[in-house]
Amino acid sequence: MARIGVFLCYCNLRAAGALNKDDVTAAVSSLSDVVHASAAEDLCLDPTCAHLQQQITADNLDGVVITTCSAATHEENLRRVLASQGLQSHQVEIVDLEDYFSWPRFETAEETTARVIEALDNAVAKIRGAQALPGVTTRITKRALVIGGGIAGIQTSLDIADAGYEVLLVEKTSSIGGHMLQYAEVFPTLDCPQCIGTPKMVEVGQHPNITIMAYSEIESVSGSVGDFTVKIRKKATYVDWDKCNGCGICQQKCLTPVASEYNQQLPFNQAKAISIPFAQAVPNKPVINREVCGHFTTGLCQVCSQICPLQAIDYDQQDTILEEKVGAIVVTAGFDLMPKKEISEFYDDPDIVHGLEFERVLCPSGPTAGVVRRPSDGKEPKEVVFVSCIGSRDPEHGVSYCSRVCCMYLAKQALLYRHVVHDGQAYVFYMDQRTTGKGYEEFVQRAVEEYGVMYLRGRVSKIFRDGDTLRVQGADTLTGQKVDIACDMVVLGMAMMPSEGAKDLARKLGIATNEYGFIAEAHPKLRPLETSVAGIYVAGTAQGPRDIPDSVAMGSGAASSVLELFSQDEVVTDTLAAAGNEG
Amino acid sequence: MADDNKDFEPILVGFFCNWCTSTAADLAGTTRLQYPPNIRPIRTMCSGSVDPIYILRALLSGADGIIIGGCNPGDCHYVSGNYKARRRIAGLKTILDTLGLENDRVWLKWISAAEGQKFAVTMRDFTEKIKELGPSPFRKNWSV
Repeated sequence: MARIGVFLCYCNLRAAGALNKDDVTAAVSSLSDVVHASAAEDLCLDPTCAHLQQQITADNLDGVVITTCSAATHEENLRRVLASQGLQSHQVEIVDLEDYFSWPRFETAEETTARVIEALDNAVAKIRGAQALPGVTTRITKRALVIGGGIAGIQTSLDIADAGYEVLLVEKTSSIGGHMLQYAEVFPTLDCPQCIGTPKMVEVGQHPNITIMAYSEIESVSGSVGDFTVKIRKKATYVDWDKCNGCGICQQKCLTPVASEYNQQLPFNQAKAISIPFAQAVPNKPVINREVCGHFTTGLCQVCSQICPLQAIDYDQQDTILEEKVGAIVVTAGFDLMPKKEISEFYDDPDIVHGLEFERVLCPSGPTAGVVRRPSDGKEPKEVVFVSCIGSRDPEHGVSYCSRVCCMYLAKQALLYRHVVHDGQAYVFYMDQRTTGKGYEEFVQRAVEEYGVMYLRGRVSKIFRDGDTLRVQGADTLTGQKVDIACDMVVLGMAMMPSEGAKDLARKLGIATNEYGFIAEAHPKLRPLETSVAGIYVAGTAQGPRDIPDSVAMGSGAASSVLELFSQDEVVTDTLAAAGNEG
Repeated sequence: MADDNKDFEPILVGFFCNWCTSTAADLAGTTRLQYPPNIRPIRTMCSGSVDPIYILRALLSGADGIIIGGCNPGDCHYVSGNYKARRRIAGLKTILDTLGLENDRVWLKWISAAEGQKFAVTMRDFTEKIKELGPSPFRKNWSV
């Protein structure tokens, strides 16, 4: 015979909800096996839940039903207190009262009260019939997998590796570094990302606890927290990286030029069919682009294999699949910019570039060596129009969220442009200035006051070519006037989107994403680094648009979550099994 | 019939998977979205763990409608539970047809953890639909 206690947690918030607590306790008291039913005030406020503990002892309870607000936030704490009272998990039932019953219906008090009584009746019945099941114990493999070698992934890997655990860093391109390395200079301090990023990349490359698996992708994931089995596809590079020393003769001598992906396919310089993406790449090893390589397309060319002093070229290389065991996974898969073609309203023109393309133009180590030139004819643009919120905050054409960094990077680009082109004029069209970071607002003021960047509040309606120039038409909503600017170049602050393949990756991992493909966190405020699967964490822009400092902070945070897991030797998973009992 | 239905408050049972739809229900509550109180939510570990027997039992016990909520195709926490649910519900619907019960009384919906809004809207639509269909014919053989 069970002795069940029912506790209706109650607080002032409940006054807003629809529930008659006295009706509930009265109805529940009459259920069989219920020996105690009361409304307990603010259970969450007292860490010891003294009231609960006293009642459990006083009535010698062997089953407890508690109503809470979101069970997601309170269930664990309550179960911990009850476990200390000797109640096992099958003897405890939590009813998510606020979020399931009370808040959604504060106009229908009577029905809601009836519904809650039913739910409590069900919970009591469940406890009455429940039996103990042993938990499942898993030994933790103290080895982490980090997916994505951008700045967030780099920080996560370093923090875990520095704590003494092995890290496998999987990156889909041939070098770690991510988007940060492509930028000209980074706001608000204007450091050079190549200068501050590359030492970290080198540290990752040298770290005895980190294995970089570049040019590799996740094939499949199985297992659970502490014991994941991951299959990783090491894509064929057609270069034996063990032999190659990164001398780069192959890319000098290669006969097939191609547009450089790293430089956003800008026309200023070209990469080769066999290439290392950029000078500071880690690992500094080339990859053959099979689509364009003379050997693969015509079968005639063998220049790289003949010139390589180490005979590292291997045209017959195949993809290989490796199986690795890890205990925790951190997803730092990053972002991509929304493709320009998604916004068809704008004239398709080589001189209309997106933010990342202009970063490469401004970058001192970029294809123009920091000289600002426009793609169509290589001339120095004397007037540049920057347009923010392209795709962002625009559910009609793009996405409804704010990409968070565009206000800042457009201000930075306008400032850098003016820094290089002294007689140039920069215009920025904006909807709102969202510069919420340390020193960010001051930075924008500096762009306006010191560098004379002209800010126009309003949206652009049309951009089209007019002879040698581009015409930008829009409105200045502060003066209420139409604006028509003839300029040489237009830079679009395109929306940040989850990186290509992020959705697929999330599926392989079995973790939830939001409607756009950004990885969903376990709790939007209190568990921002955990995903819906225990043992899988998220950091950086894979979770949502954010800037470099936030990505780095998140990377460190995710690493500390992994370390917390690794500080234990085993995890016990609670079990729940249902069986039908007819009658 | 339409007039009868005006005051008819259907008894609805929801089986919601722990990972997606239950979390969406939580989110709907947290964000204070309103929906009719007819639904009796039951959290299951997976939509794939909802045995059609549970649904039939609920219908025979006087429920007017059953809604099963799971993760979007491809997003199942247990890889393929939602596909199994989809097959089972399709099979179940043919049984309902045979029994002469409108198969629209059983809904299967994919609502991800982030879709609190969709959860509330779905609950509203479902309640409306069942109100339109009227009380379950099984209720007549059942003294409520």
